[in-house]
Amino acid sequence: MKEKFNIVGKPVIRQDAFNKVTGQAKFADDYNYPNQLYAAMIRIPVSHAKIKSIDYTEAIESGLVAATCDSSDIPGAKKVGPIRKDQPVFCDEKVVTSGDVLAMLIGENEYELKQASKKVKVDFEELPILTDIEKAMDEDAQIIHPEFENNLIVHYPLRKGNIDKGFEESDHILEQTYTTPHIEHAYIEPEAVVAVPLEGNRGIKIIGSIQNPHTARKVVAAVLGLPLTKVRIIQAELGGSFGGKDDTMNILSARAAVAALKTKRPVKIHYSREESILESYKRHPYRLKYKVGFSKAGKLKAMKIDLLADGGGYSCMSPFVTWRSVVQATGPYEVENVWTDVRAVYTNNPYTGAFRGFGSPQPIFAQESLMDEIAEIAGISPIEIRKINGFQKGSVTASRQVLRDHEINLLKVVERAAEESNFLSEWNKNKKDQSNAPSFVDELNPIVKPEHFIHPSNNVKRGIGLATSFRGCSLGAEGVDAAAAYISVQTDGSIYLLSGLAENGQGLKTTFSIIAAEVLGISEDRIHYLEQDTGIIADSGPTVASRSTLMGGGAIKDAATIIKNRLNEVALKHFNITDYDVLVYRNNTISNTENNLKIEFSELCQLAFNSAVSLSAVGWYKGPNVGWDEETGQGDAYFTYVYGCQVADVSVDMSTGEVYINKIVAVHDPGTVINIMGALGQVYGGVTQGAGYGLWEAIESEKGMIKELNYDLYIIPTSKDIDKIEPIFIEGEDDHGAWGAKSLGEPTLELTSAALANAIKNATGKRLFNLPLNLEEVLLSKKLRPKDFVRESSK
Amino acid sequence: MKIKFTLNKKKVTAEVESTERLIDLLRNKFQLMGTKEGCSIGECGACTILMDGKAVNSCLVLAEQIEGAEIITIEGIADGEQLHPIQENFIKAGAIQCGFCTPGMVVSSYELLNENPEPNEEEIKEAIAGNLCRCTGYKQIIDAVKISAEQLRDSK
Ligand code: FES
Ligand code: FES
Repeated sequence: MKEKFNIVGKPVIRQDAFNKVTGQAKFADDYNYPNQLYAAMIRIPVSHAKIKSIDYTEAIESGLVAATCDSSDIPGAKKVGPIRKDQPVFCDEKVVTSGDVLAMLIGENEYELKQASKKVKVDFEELPILTDIEKAMDEDAQIIHPEFENNLIVHYPLRKGNIDKGFEESDHILEQTYTTPHIEHAYIEPEAVVAVPLEGNRGIKIIGSIQNPHTARKVVAAVLGLPLTKVRIIQAELGGSFGGKDDTMNILSARAAVAALKTKRPVKIHYSREESILESYKRHPYRLKYKVGFSKAGKLKAMKIDLLADGGGYSCMSPFVTWRSVVQATGPYEVENVWTDVRAVYTNNPYTGAFRGFGSPQPIFAQESLMDEIAEIAGISPIEIRKINGFQKGSVTASRQVLRDHEINLLKVVERAAEESNFLSEWNKNKKDQSNAPSFVDELNPIVKPEHFIHPSNNVKRGIGLATSFRGCSLGAEGVDAAAAYISVQTDGSIYLLSGLAENGQGLKTTFSIIAAEVLGISEDRIHYLEQDTGIIADSGPTVASRSTLMGGGAIKDAATIIKNRLNEVALKHFNITDYDVLVYRNNTISNTENNLKIEFSELCQLAFNSAVSLSAVGWYKGPNVGWDEETGQGDAYFTYVYGCQVADVSVDMSTGEVYINKIVAVHDPGTVINIMGALGQVYGGVTQGAGYGLWEAIESEKGMIKELNYDLYIIPTSKDIDKIEPIFIEGEDDHGAWGAKSLGEPTLELTSAALANAIKNATGKRLFNLPLNLEEVLLSKKLRPKDFVRESSK
Repeated sequence: MKIKFTLNKKKVTAEVESTERLIDLLRNKFQLMGTKEGCSIGECGACTILMDGKAVNSCLVLAEQIEGAEIITIEGIADGEQLHPIQENFIKAGAIQCGFCTPGMVVSSYELLNENPEPNEEEIKEAIAGNLCRCTGYKQIIDAVKISAEQLRDSK
């Protein structure tokens, strides 16, 4: 049985809500300093070029420029990157992708600076542009980074069983290819950062819209050639990130810092929406090839998977993102024989990195579409196919990890989602109706003929589809996985709290405050969550991979428990008893009902202080061990997993191809729900982003140059696009972290596009292979795109 | 040029350039930082303010256009420390995540409930369709507006 909680799982109001709703919350661009200068970026309008020279003369003569800034001003590392150091802070030798910044002009007045930047003369030589990922590994391909021998960023193989034998033993073999596009994070707050030089050789202070302050600190310190302690990073209120305000922000911070040290004045960089979309990294486009063998009954026998990810101009997070893909590529299904290759390559397309979902939405779209097709061939329902093959306790994953140390809720989430959406009867009904559907416009000759006019009563078809997944929590074998938390209890019983993981707008401060309050039996409004500051708290790795509640929550619980243990001693002495098991922490008091003893929490704190007991502590949480063999792709990839199932119910307009979402049922198993309002918000928000990914969003580029530079062309969901979202949580008894609370942020997004694809198939009888499933895809099964962006269309 | 207008119920004057946008006037000269800039082209609604009772995108209005107008920004929605019911309900319904869209959302909702005290769900969705939010999926925002409408009606 679960412990009885005081406040965990109850609706708790966000600590930052008052400031946010009154306009007082300070985001990065709301910080200004006396004497502050601004920076304007110098770019060229091509995606691949050698820079011969940059001539600032005319710009300087205009008198509007206080300083110029380029790589000659960098005292330390000129190139950075999370694994490969392949991304220059200033690209004054070579440009490899559209947003690259060659240099900056620094000055008093932003508007004038923009004028002056037009006067900078850049002499460059255009290089051949590589945009097709399939050609990146060709013998004669243009090598984007000549310091490496080819365009391969990373290759993860996974080998399990005997693939040939598996196909031999199969009754059916199905081969399909899928594609997914570049996606923009589209956080509503564009990037902003201010660097403030500190007097007396004390280094630099940086305030910005920074997702991971500790990573930013590492990058800035390397670029400035300073020890970490001389770089202090403070996170401003973050206006959305979703994985997006990491590497780009680290580089922007470094640029602002270089300029601030050069001019000895505060320097602010803030981006327009156009600059934000132009320069920030995107979600990876994937080309996914699946060959799968299965028995007559639908049992999976063999899977050969070949995934190719577009890393764009820089390696950035590609090695981490694609690693998750290799672990999860087969989906939550037991397959005896697996042969997977995941590669990421350089191109001159926009570079790609972390984005909520992180290498999972792409394979899930492919492999969950595929499961429905297999079911159809085997003549069974989408539910049945998942029951036959889905993970259960003791199942062995593609990497040969035996699933046993956590609750394997796959079938539970599928059943619950099916029940809640009345899946089978709806699915069958739609399917029957679908066979009456008039055919779509001829693909080769997309001219509407009289027979294409559909009777209005028959115009709209309903469809229902589901998708399911397993997802490794936290970083897994791809990184060091531990987190710190700091707690300091004051003599009046109020508390300072801080974690090494950072608030990204998702409500982490509130969730962590709830955890500490629960341990100490106090109301969460006694907790004052401190500003994220690298000068105070230990590096806890990045706030990514939906790891904050699990890892950071574990550290907070640890810190609060240390304090509680110390308070126990004080209370025992005070009550003059010996057994602390009888102490109850609840409602801001510590009591022992048997002996009718009690003391106010604040009084106890004062007492502890008077008896010289320390009321500050650092908590630490480290996940169980994980491992990975790079050659064979075998190992215990993550120490725990979450499972989810989403069902999409859509209406498809058969004459326009428009898809309307009637309802998404989203069933997830986040372990313990700490903060119910936050958890619901994660589902609504994640599903909505997933719907955007499924139906509308795509960054298209021509010769590597992005076309959708603002919200007029890049379409994200509005309040009118989805009718209903129904979140359902299946809680469990796992005990990792804080009472078994696991991940939620990313699972909510990763399933939606696949569920939509299956629903559209159920409505129209048409299987679609290329995201997004917009009008042209639904109607014509192809994208009306510029030539250099031809996708492999469906087979 | 010099302009006179009412800003959050106070009469003010300002010296403005002919190219100056209202959003810059509010943020830079009046230090009203609650009005946010997300796109600068009238697509995201983060910069929404009330001009003579109508919700407008302050990134698309020139400062000199507001001569004589009554401007209310997010800072003028609450009555001192007393939050407006819409603000209260945004907090209670969990309508706030990163909060960058929140000021614009609150202002658009405020206009809606002034003009139409009994909006149905479609009308609420329509009223905030010009305000983009990437975090919340809108659901809890719509709930907050719904509850506010009821409360405001009951209190009349
Ligand atoms: S900034 Fe004005 S609408 Fe986006
Ligand atoms: S709460 Fe983040 S954009 Fe709306």
